[in-house]
Amino acid sequence: MENNLLSLIIFAPLAGAAINWLIGRRVRDERFVGVVACGSVAISTIVAFYLAFKPGGALRSGTPLLDHIWTWLQVGAFRADFALGMDHLSGTYALFVTFVGFLIHVFAVGYMHGDSGFYRFFAFLNLFMFAMLTLVLADNFVLMFVGWEGVGLCSYLLIGYYVDRREAGDAAKKAFITNRIGDWGFVMGILLTFFLTGSVSFFANPAAGEAAQTALSFFKTYPVDPFTAGAIVAGGATSIAVLLFIGAVGKSAQIPLYVWLPDAMAGPTPVSALIHAATMVTAGVYMIVRCSEIFVKAPTAMFIVAVIGAATALFAATIGLAQNDIKKVLAYSTISQLGYMFLACGVGAFIAAIFHVITHAFFKALLFLGSGSVIHGMHHEQDMRRMGALRKYMPITFITMLTGWLAISGIPIFAGFFSKDEILWRVWSAPAFSLPSPTFSKLLWAIGALTAFLTALYMTRMMVMTFGGEERFRDTHAVKHDAHHGPVTPHESPWLMTVPLIVLAVLSTAGGFIGVPYALSSFFTDKDINVLEHTLAPVVASPPGATETHTEPSAVAPGTETPAALEAETHAAHSPEEISAERMLAVVSVIIALLGIGMGLYIFRRRPLLEMPRLLENKYYVDEIYDKALIRPIEAGSREGLWKILDVGVIDGILHGIGEAVSEAGRLARYLQAGFVRGYAAIILIGALILIGLFGYLGFGFR
Amino acid sequence: MAPQLSWYLALSAVLFTIGVTGVIIKRNIIAMFMCIELMLNAVNLTFVAFASFFQDVTGQLFVFIVMTVAAAEAAVGLGIIIAIFRNRETLDVDDASILKL
Repeated sequence: MENNLLSLIIFAPLAGAAINWLIGRRVRDERFVGVVACGSVAISTIVAFYLAFKPGGALRSGTPLLDHIWTWLQVGAFRADFALGMDHLSGTYALFVTFVGFLIHVFAVGYMHGDSGFYRFFAFLNLFMFAMLTLVLADNFVLMFVGWEGVGLCSYLLIGYYVDRREAGDAAKKAFITNRIGDWGFVMGILLTFFLTGSVSFFANPAAGEAAQTALSFFKTYPVDPFTAGAIVAGGATSIAVLLFIGAVGKSAQIPLYVWLPDAMAGPTPVSALIHAATMVTAGVYMIVRCSEIFVKAPTAMFIVAVIGAATALFAATIGLAQNDIKKVLAYSTISQLGYMFLACGVGAFIAAIFHVITHAFFKALLFLGSGSVIHGMHHEQDMRRMGALRKYMPITFITMLTGWLAISGIPIFAGFFSKDEILWRVWSAPAFSLPSPTFSKLLWAIGALTAFLTALYMTRMMVMTFGGEERFRDTHAVKHDAHHGPVTPHESPWLMTVPLIVLAVLSTAGGFIGVPYALSSFFTDKDINVLEHTLAPVVASPPGATETHTEPSAVAPGTETPAALEAETHAAHSPEEISAERMLAVVSVIIALLGIGMGLYIFRRRPLLEMPRLLENKYYVDEIYDKALIRPIEAGSREGLWKILDVGVIDGILHGIGEAVSEAGRLARYLQAGFVRGYAAIILIGALILIGLFGYLGFGFR
Repeated sequence: MAPQLSWYLALSAVLFTIGVTGVIIKRNIIAMFMCIELMLNAVNLTFVAFASFFQDVTGQLFVFIVMTVAAAEAAVGLGIIIAIFRNRETLDVDDASILKL
């Protein structure tokens, strides 16, 4: 059974976590813990690549690899298995999750060197990989939810990793509680899916006795919901899609539930890179793309997704512009980029969303690890106002982050350019399907373009403040650190940290070539070299009217197309007008990016410490507003209503009442037991008389 | 006129009632003890009366058992009474209400 290797992908990190937790804590040897942690993820990575690319592997054949491990829940018609499935989508996802995860594990060995909780950190990190891969490879909604909660738990544990810091604990709780709101939506969505379709599976696995109709294939023949607000509560595809999206909003930090992600930066930097940039927070996007069959039947829900995505992208980008903590900048940047992905999902460009997830995983992991390297070299200083001129001291970190900066800004040939440009083009040319009017696509595009400009601007600011300009760390640090270090001299990080940076820098540079759109590649070759789109198109639904390459997936069995058929299709799908329009937009994107970078260099090289608007620096006071508008009323309601009235009054009242009634009855009964023998005698007499009287009344029974 | 069965039973009932009343109203342990004996013997009287009436020796056998038990009870009871008196120097049962000496 070759398929059983699939379970190795998820169980190898679990074994690593167990070994580190049980043995690593006794051994207390960093080399042992590090080798176990990285080795287990390396096994996952190798197996994932093998299963994806072997002959007939997940990314090569049209049928998903399935592994039914055991039947988990079976109640009446409800059935959820502990089963894994690797198709083109989950395969692609598993590849970059394991690979980026492996690099970050290696980096973390260097970053966490000397930390007292070394084994604990890697046990959690491995556990996270297990949960994330379970989420990705899950064969059904319920198992996906297990992974979904698992990554949430690990996120909680790792945000609060520095247990002696209060704000870390608070941030961990905030992340966990905020996610509960989203999880409510997800669970409701799953339940509604089951009620509607009678199944929670993604892949049909008749060999394991599953029904041929799955939760997703049900929607293939489902009529498109009308585009009305009423559809949201009608209980059909739109309701499911909206509820699932609420889950995604929580996990992927979109408005209004994004507030936990910036605070989550209280965790160690590799955690920020792995969980809060590259993998976990994109789980929402993955889930929506996984459920694209549902979403393409729910135009209202897609419109909501697009609007929330665009709003989040712009909103977070403006906040990112004014942050001084290097990790906070990256956190808001992550939220903003996630907004892009949802915007893409909302206009039906699911493949573009996944493309951006992948490139974003590369360059954002790179930027986070780079910032980790900076923080490490600066002896845990995160404030960019106390950095500057680090270029001299940390050349490798500088050069690698440079590629990340160019990638996220959207400079051509770097990975971010292709994915971001693809999203903007898809938004511009969005089908009218999920939008109330065609002008919305232009409006959303304008928001996206503005966000792209802001992205380039704040990333430039971050780079200039960190690496450029004058040294600002000596004077301030002399005061702060005098007891331990004296004035700090930044140093380059060890090779364990720089090698992952270099690998990620290469990926951030070249990673975009997996999804070069035809409009751009046709400059050089007539063949459509958009590998990613051809890989994902068969498993991702497309909304009616979209200009996808495969509008009729059923016409050609996926994975069996001949090159000739592919080419014919390619030409059919790309009309000359579209190609020229797409090229025009690409030029516009590049101009926008260059404008952002140029303006950033112009402003911040001269005044790196330029005060930003207070409104932005204070994040629009959203935390304060939430505190006043939601948390305080809930607290007050809980204290005054639930505690003082319901708990103390009603519940305690009932309990105390029962207790008092019993003790009162006992107090009365105590009079019978006064200890006076004559009293007992009298009672016996009375009892005897009553019995005799009773018998006399009823007859003695002697006849 | 030969004695009737009902005469014995009436006497027995009177004796028993005196015994019950004594147990309830007397505070002296010795007096209560004697009243208990009185009740036992009232019952014994009933037994022998019925034994004679039915010409059946079983009733008389039962009386012997009751007398044996009464003797044992008297021995134990008097022992307890002496122990109480030694400790408390009183024979008032109402003072002995706390389940210990």
